Amino acid sequence: MALSTPASGTSLASPRPVAGAEADAAVRSSSLWRDAVHRLLRNRLAMAGGVVIVLLCVVAIFADVLAPRPYTKTNFGRLNEAPSRDYPLGTDQLGRDLFSRMIYGARVSMLVGLGAQIIVVLIGVPIGALSGYLGGRADLFLTRFIDVMYAFPRLLFVILVMSMLGAGLTNIFIAIGLTGWVGIARQTRAQVLALKGKEYVDAARGLGAGFGRLLGRHILPNALTPIVVAVTFGIPEAIFTEAALSFIGVGINPPTPSWGQMVGEGQQYIRSYWHLCVFPAIAIAVTMLAFTFFGDGVRDALDPKLK
Amino acid sequence: MFQYVASRLLWLIPTVLAMALVTFLVMHATPGSPLDPIAEGANPLSPEAQKVLAAHYGLDKPLWQQFGIFLAKAVRGDFGYSFVYKTRTVAEILRQTFPISLFLGSMALALAVVVGLTLGILAAVYQNRGWDYVSVSLATVGVAVPNFVLAVFLIILFSFVIPLFPTGGWDSPRNWVLPTITLALAPMGIIARFTRASMLEVIRADYTLTARAKGLSEMPVIFKHALKNALIPVVTLLGPLFAAVGTGSFFVESIFRVPGMGRYFVESMTGRDYPMIMAVVLSYGVFLAIMNLVVDLAYGALDPRIRY
Repeated sequence: MALSTPASGTSLASPRPVAGAEADAAVRSSSLWRDAVHRLLRNRLAMAGGVVIVLLCVVAIFADVLAPRPYTKTNFGRLNEAPSRDYPLGTDQLGRDLFSRMIYGARVSMLVGLGAQIIVVLIGVPIGALSGYLGGRADLFLTRFIDVMYAFPRLLFVILVMSMLGAGLTNIFIAIGLTGWVGIARQTRAQVLALKGKEYVDAARGLGAGFGRLLGRHILPNALTPIVVAVTFGIPEAIFTEAALSFIGVGINPPTPSWGQMVGEGQQYIRSYWHLCVFPAIAIAVTMLAFTFFGDGVRDALDPKLK
Repeated sequence: MFQYVASRLLWLIPTVLAMALVTFLVMHATPGSPLDPIAEGANPLSPEAQKVLAAHYGLDKPLWQQFGIFLAKAVRGDFGYSFVYKTRTVAEILRQTFPISLFLGSMALALAVVVGLTLGILAAVYQNRGWDYVSVSLATVGVAVPNFVLAVFLIILFSFVIPLFPTGGWDSPRNWVLPTITLALAPMGIIARFTRASMLEVIRADYTLTARAKGLSEMPVIFKHALKNALIPVVTLLGPLFAAVGTGSFFVESIFRVPGMGRYFVESMTGRDYPMIMAVVLSYGVFLAIMNLVVDLAYGALDPRIRY
C-alpha cells in the first residue's frame, strides 16, 4: 500500500505527455527509480510518514462514508461539548460534530496539497525548461522576474492575492499556483541549463532530433530528480499555506471545514473549550511531520550524496 | 567590490518598484470602488456625484499617474487613512505597532540564534548519538509544524497543565515568554539543521585533522578551528530567518494577543483594509530586500574566499 505513493508521486511530477513510447533510455532510468524506491522502503521514518499520508488520502477520499454526521449538521442543544461517546471529539460552537469536521478537513488539506502542486508543476516546469533551453533575452527576463518574486515573502504574496480574489478553494489553488511555480521553474531552468551542453544532447541534435524531442525526451527526463524532490516538499508547504490562510480567515469559506480555520476559531476559546483547537492542531502537526519525513526520505533516496 | 555593492544597490530600485507595482495592481484589481454605493440595493450615484468623487480620490487620472501618486506618497510614508480605524492614518498605526513587533522579533531571533547554534554544534560533535537526535527532532518539529499549531500546544502545556505563563497579553515580561518561544522555534530549527551540516563538513576537513594532529585537545579544535569556519555559511540564513520571523509574527501576535503590526495586519485582512494591507506588504518587502542585501554583503566581508 505504501509502495503506491512514491510511484504515483513520480507520475504526478512527470512532465512528459508521451508516456506510451518508452524505449531504451527508459530501461536505465527505471532502474534508477527502482533503486530509489528500494532506498526509500528501507527508510523507516519515511515509510512511517508514507503510511500516514496513505491513511490521510483514504480518509480524504472516503470522508462521506467515514464521517458519522454531515459536516454542516448542527445540534443547538449540545454546543461546545467535550469529547463523549456520542461525539468522540466533542462539538463546536454550533453543535457540529468535531470528528466529522476533522475528517472532511483532511479532504481540503489533501486536495490543496496535491492539487496545487499539479498546477505549480504545469506552470513552473515548462517555463523553467524553455527559459533554460532558449536562453537569451527571455531567460534574462525570467531570472530577473524570479529574483523579484523571491524577494517577496511567499506567504505575504499569497495573502495579497487572496485579499484580491476573496476566500474560497479555487482561489487558494490560483494563489498558490501563481506564487509557487517560481521555485520549480528555477530548479528546472538550472537543470536544463546544465544538461543542454552535454554530449549526448549534442548527439541527439546531430541525429536530427527536433526541439520538442530534445527537451521532452532527452533533457527533462534527466532533470526529473530535483523536480520530484521539490514537489514532495511543495505538498506540505501548500497544506501549510492553506491552513495559515484559513487560520487568519482568508482561506476556505465556511461552512467547509478546514483544520487551519478550526484552529483559528478554536484558539479564541482555548481556556473554556480546549478540544476545539487541540484536535485540529494535532491533525496539522501530524500531517506536516508525515510529509516532511517522507520528503526527506525521497530526497535521500533519489540523491544519496545530498544527505 | 565597490562595483558589486553599487550594482546590488542599483538592483534594489527595480526590485522595490516591481513590488510596489505588483501591490498596486493587485489592490487596483480588487472588486469594489468608492464610486459604488456602500449599502446593497441602494440607489446608484448620479454621474455628477461620481465625477466629483472620482476627482476627489484622483480616480479620474490614468492608471500610470495614479501609480506615480501612490509611489510619491509611499516614499514619504503616507499610505492614507485606515479603512477600519477611520480616524487614524496607516502611518500612525504602523509607528505605534511596529516597535512592538520589532521587539518581539528581535527577542525571538536572539533566542533562535543562541539555542539553534548550541543545538547544531552539539548535534555535530555528538553525531548519531543522544544529543544529535534531540536537536534533529527539535529542529524538524520547529521547521515542519506551523507556529500557530505549536502555539496551541505551548499554551496547553505551559498555561493549563503547568500554569507558568499567561495565555496572552503584552503587559509584563511574563507575557513575552510564550510568544517569543513560539516565534523562535522555526528559525531555531533552521539554524540548528544548517549549523549541524556545516559543522560536520568542517570537522571532516583537512585543517581540522591537522589541528588534531598537532595534539590539540577537543575543545580548542571544535571552538577555535571548526566553529569559526562553520559559522560563515550560517550567516546566509539570516535573510530567510527575517522572513520566517516576520511572517510568523502575524500568527503568533494574533494568538497571544500581542498589539503588534502582525495582529493589525491579520485584522486588516478580514476588514479588507486595503491601505493597511498595501503599507504592510510593501514596507515589509522593502525591509526584507534591504536585509538580504546587507546579509549578502556581510557574507562577502566575512568569508575571505569570496571575491567579487
